[in-house]
Amino acid sequence: METTKKLLEIKDLSIHYFTEEGVVRAVNNIDFELMRGETMGLVGETGAGKTTTARGIMGLVPNPPGRVVGGEILFEGKDLLKASNLEMRLHRGKDFSMIFQDPMTSLNPILTVGDQIAEVIRLHEKLSRKDANLKAAQILEMVGIPAERMSEYPHQFSGGMKQRVVIAIALACSPKLIIADEPTTALDVTIQAQVLELMRELQEKLGTAMLLITHDLGVVADTCNKVAIMYAGQIVEMGSLEDVYDNTMHPYTKGLFGSLPSLSMKSKRLVPIDGLMPDPVDLPTGCPFHPRCPDCKESCKSRAPVKTEVSPGHYVRCLRYE
Amino acid sequence: MLRYIAKRIFLMIPVLLGISFVIFLLMYFTPGDPAQMILGDMADKEDVEALREEMGLNDGFFERYFRYMGDLLRGDLGTSYTTKLPVWDEISVRLPVTAKVAFFVILFAVIIGVPIGILSAVRQYTIIDSITRVLALLGITMPSFWFALLLVLLFSVRLGWLPASGLYGPSYYILPIISISAASIAIITRTARSSMLEVIRQDYIDTARAKGQKERVVLFKHALLNALIPILTVVGIQFAGSLGGAVVNEQVFAIPGIGKLMVDAIKARNYPLVTGSVLVLSLLQSMVNLFIDLLYAFVDPRIRSQYSRDKKKKKALNGAVTANAGMAANKRK
Repeated sequence: METTKKLLEIKDLSIHYFTEEGVVRAVNNIDFELMRGETMGLVGETGAGKTTTARGIMGLVPNPPGRVVGGEILFEGKDLLKASNLEMRLHRGKDFSMIFQDPMTSLNPILTVGDQIAEVIRLHEKLSRKDANLKAAQILEMVGIPAERMSEYPHQFSGGMKQRVVIAIALACSPKLIIADEPTTALDVTIQAQVLELMRELQEKLGTAMLLITHDLGVVADTCNKVAIMYAGQIVEMGSLEDVYDNTMHPYTKGLFGSLPSLSMKSKRLVPIDGLMPDPVDLPTGCPFHPRCPDCKESCKSRAPVKTEVSPGHYVRCLRYE
Repeated sequence: MLRYIAKRIFLMIPVLLGISFVIFLLMYFTPGDPAQMILGDMADKEDVEALREEMGLNDGFFERYFRYMGDLLRGDLGTSYTTKLPVWDEISVRLPVTAKVAFFVILFAVIIGVPIGILSAVRQYTIIDSITRVLALLGITMPSFWFALLLVLLFSVRLGWLPASGLYGPSYYILPIISISAASIAIITRTARSSMLEVIRQDYIDTARAKGQKERVVLFKHALLNALIPILTVVGIQFAGSLGGAVVNEQVFAIPGIGKLMVDAIKARNYPLVTGSVLVLSLLQSMVNLFIDLLYAFVDPRIRSQYSRDKKKKKALNGAVTANAGMAANKRK
């Protein structure tokens, strides 16, 4: 059946930025899959390549200096990297759409929110201006904003309200996939929960798959079925929520959990991960995590680990499990 | 909005008063005797003295200034010393010429400068961008009268394609417009480029692209409209500048505009004509500034809402007044 099939399949994707300082290897040979209606969390520190991955899928890697240097992005079996500009434009907003990080800057300040929602509807659906506005009003109501506010401008909305508008734009054409790039990072904690709740609700209602980019493991636990942990442009661990949270394998993932405060365990201190994310221009040899890894062995410094399936659907990229 | 416009027009009054005072002061201290100029070098001393008395030139500064301002309030800009015609009549013939040239200059500068600036921003660090930046630098640094002379040398003297001076038909406008607008084109190009560069990095441009919008629409609807405020600002400054710059440029091309009128008037110590011309130009400049400020509000809803905030403030103030009254009433109890 079509509905059970893979929606998005990423194979061996690498995206580099060619700058004067050298080649920034932002995304290196990542693979993952996303089924219809599924939610996957893409977790990592700042600079791990999460946003670049998202932009890669959208076909919005800033070029120059960025370029997809290898791999495949299969959307419903079709390679997006081979699609023409026109084809990509027809996909964007209709089949997959993106929610950007900062709602304060994601909306055009000189257009009314109604116009901005109606714009995407009119691009992908053959509706008159009036009907598009009508539909925009419905969508605005759906994200919890009264339709009367259609004619207002972004500066008349609060941050949380703006993010609702951004979500409305992303969902306006009922896309099959939503890529949400840290949708709640810029919001107050109280608003974060509301926005996530709204996204989850709408996602269920519309049957949309979601790739949720975040550095917040708590958000992932609340929202996702699947998790991929990214480090230095690679996916170091990936699996179902249970696999990754209850049966953590990779030292980096363990480190991430170790640096979270927990109410149930009376730990003495939080254990941060020593050191910093490596410079993507000059990645370490062998395993990119070895300089910070507490379990580093001699072989980690020279040999790069490969993706290993430790249990069905649970992948780790670490020499200890090879 | 109307309140705002009224306020701005009201504020022009002190500006014009200040300008009139400064100009009057400058003319007062300028050496040279208008009476002598009118009668010529060979005139009798007594005749000159009699004319000075008649023209009121022997009165004190403040007496003359207040007499002038009194006339001005009645809408009388005075009489030209040389032609004996009302100053306004002289200006009203010349002003349209200058305004027309300035209008075409700015139109030309916008039509050329804005698209090149956008192209340069979109293709940042390419050859197109580099060439644009060098040319823009050249345009800004080059004196316009020198460029004008080069153009005349090439197109009028060498090639004989275009007339070099006067203003008798469409072809006479070409060289003045090109030479006067060169600097404006350069400045508008640079502003459009930097403003666009800033805007196209904004998240909402990516939002528009993520909607599947055409790149052309992304650039013109989403980016350009947001980049417009700084561009409008320089366009306004350039328009005002080309009115003031008329003093030099109209000399080069012998254009019978207000700039040439002013220079001739200064040479003849024709005080009323100089003061009148400066005042009219200042008023025009203030109007252009006001027009540009109103355009801001038209383009940007955030500025628009600031203008209408006056009303809200007033409401809030009324509210406070009634609240205070209520409190006072309570106290009395």
